[in-house]
Amino acid sequence: MPRAWVFGDDLDTDQMVPGRYAPFMVGQDKFQNYAFYDARPGFAKEVRPGDILVGGENFGCGSSREYAVAALKKLGIGGVVAKNFARIFFRNCINLGIPVVESADAVTLAKDGDLVTLDLTAAVLRTPQGDATLRPLAPFAQQILSAGGVVQYLAAHGDFPQVE
Amino acid sequence: MPKTLAELILSRQSGRDVQAGDLVIVPISRVMVHDSVIDAVMAGLKDLGKATVWDTTKVGVFVDHAAPAPTPVVADSHRVLREWVRAQGIQTFYDAGEGVCHQIMVEEGYCEPGTVIVGSDSHSNSYGAVGSFGAGMGATDIAVALGLGRTWLRVPESIRVEFTGTLRRGVTMKDAIMRVVREIGTDGARYACVEFHGVGDLPQGDRITLAGMTTEMGAKAGIVVGTPEAPAWLRPDPDAAYARRVHVDLSTLEPQIAIPPRVDQVSDVSEAVGIPIDIVFLGSCTNGRLVDMQQAASVLRGRRISPRVRLEVVPSSRRQFEDAMADGTLGILSAAGAVIGSSGCGPCLGRTGGVLAGEEVCFSTANRNYKGRMGSPDASIYLGSPYVAAVAALTGVIDDPRPYLGSSDADFDALVTKRRADRGDRGAASARSGDRSRELAMAHPVANAPWIVGMDQED
Repeated sequence: MPRAWVFGDDLDTDQMVPGRYAPFMVGQDKFQNYAFYDARPGFAKEVRPGDILVGGENFGCGSSREYAVAALKKLGIGGVVAKNFARIFFRNCINLGIPVVESADAVTLAKDGDLVTLDLTAAVLRTPQGDATLRPLAPFAQQILSAGGVVQYLAAHGDFPQVE
Repeated sequence: MPKTLAELILSRQSGRDVQAGDLVIVPISRVMVHDSVIDAVMAGLKDLGKATVWDTTKVGVFVDHAAPAPTPVVADSHRVLREWVRAQGIQTFYDAGEGVCHQIMVEEGYCEPGTVIVGSDSHSNSYGAVGSFGAGMGATDIAVALGLGRTWLRVPESIRVEFTGTLRRGVTMKDAIMRVVREIGTDGARYACVEFHGVGDLPQGDRITLAGMTTEMGAKAGIVVGTPEAPAWLRPDPDAAYARRVHVDLSTLEPQIAIPPRVDQVSDVSEAVGIPIDIVFLGSCTNGRLVDMQQAASVLRGRRISPRVRLEVVPSSRRQFEDAMADGTLGILSAAGAVIGSSGCGPCLGRTGGVLAGEEVCFSTANRNYKGRMGSPDASIYLGSPYVAAVAALTGVIDDPRPYLGSSDADFDALVTKRRADRGDRGAASARSGDRSRELAMAHPVANAPWIVGMDQED
């Protein structure tokens, strides 16, 4: 069962992958090994595919570095649940096909290391302390996510989803 | 329907009458791509099945984030980038040493007011300095923009920042924007556009400082109203709806500093006097222009920096570099003991040139003081204006620059002697900003401040 990795508010992308471990500094095949290198030592070794990141407000703020999200993707992160997200990080997750959902109570319900289930259909994050409610994604973002990312969506449909 | 600047621009560009909250698909007038994302951008374009960018005349490519190349891996990445630029036939290409992408984009006229520009760097908000809707995006969004010439955006709510009054000597627009960040917080403008009123006639450089720093409040864009570059239609309606209004009286403003490791943990400089500093960085897209170097030189002229401090100056573009050479500013800074770096991002993001050692304390004129931003995660970074930076380089401590400006040589030297003596021979690391920065941070709480966790880890 996936585990929850719980973080606080204003987690910036420098904490996810420090600039000195950017792909073009350490290589395209290695940068994910430095995920949360300073902020959560041991994360990249211990994280398992499907694990869920849980955070507070303004999750993923700061640098636009998509390799922060690419590192999470390579490590198989199953989704990110936070009170709210910084805008570039949110777009990067949708574009790379990582479920990214807002929840007012997930960060208080979920404890670090809890076994959790992200149920997007029921719009809940199940934790041992109870279900956290997820805010449904806008249809536009949902369509891109369902395709597995924006590149996959565009390859299949030739254009963005309708906005009007 | 009365419109904010964001609503005006996105309505015009999308060809629909839109308001905050609507989704739009808009054409892009220019895409900015920089060195550290090129591999992912190329991969994205390939996966999209696009052999070429949609319009080679509307793409600008810059080698600035880790330039000149500090390692063979980076050098290889730069080589790949150069080959790609040549193969694509992209003419707007600035190689290592030409400067920070944002500075060049604005000063060389690549930003068309009233249009949408996307950039692979988060500080692409800087293009609002001349009235463009500039938004930072990740590599895949940039690849899509390069392939299609369009992007999707949610029309943002707007925050109206009104400046009144005139700055006093020794206070700058960096202090003004830090005062705004102090008010709004690092997420107070999330997804929003920050509109700046009352400063359209400021020099372009000051406007870049304002627009670029809106990124540090989570903003999608930051746009200065009424700039000389903007066409007449680019004026928000007087009765447009704003999510929030902030007013800053420039005439009573004090120099501001940001306390590590948060950009919105801001205090008046008077509360931080005496904090020891090991290294000063003067540069970045926020404060690496001629005027910033001139302000530092006005403090350092004819003097040597503290033997306990290193000073690194990185002009934000070759134009700024050459102007500072021509008028003698760089000579003054060099004679004072500064290391002059080649134009680019420099050590701002900890990849090249003067990265920080463990427990070192830096005073930087750039825009971020996150843990680990400029090198070691155990280092701390204070942010502020070029004046405060120059005084820190001279005395070895944070101090209010105003008493130094315009004082007699004797009074000036007495102040420097006193500050140096107060600091004594302590390295900043041993004096450790920790205790003082914790105290300061406690005095300036931000909501749910996670710095407490960070500081505990640091100590």
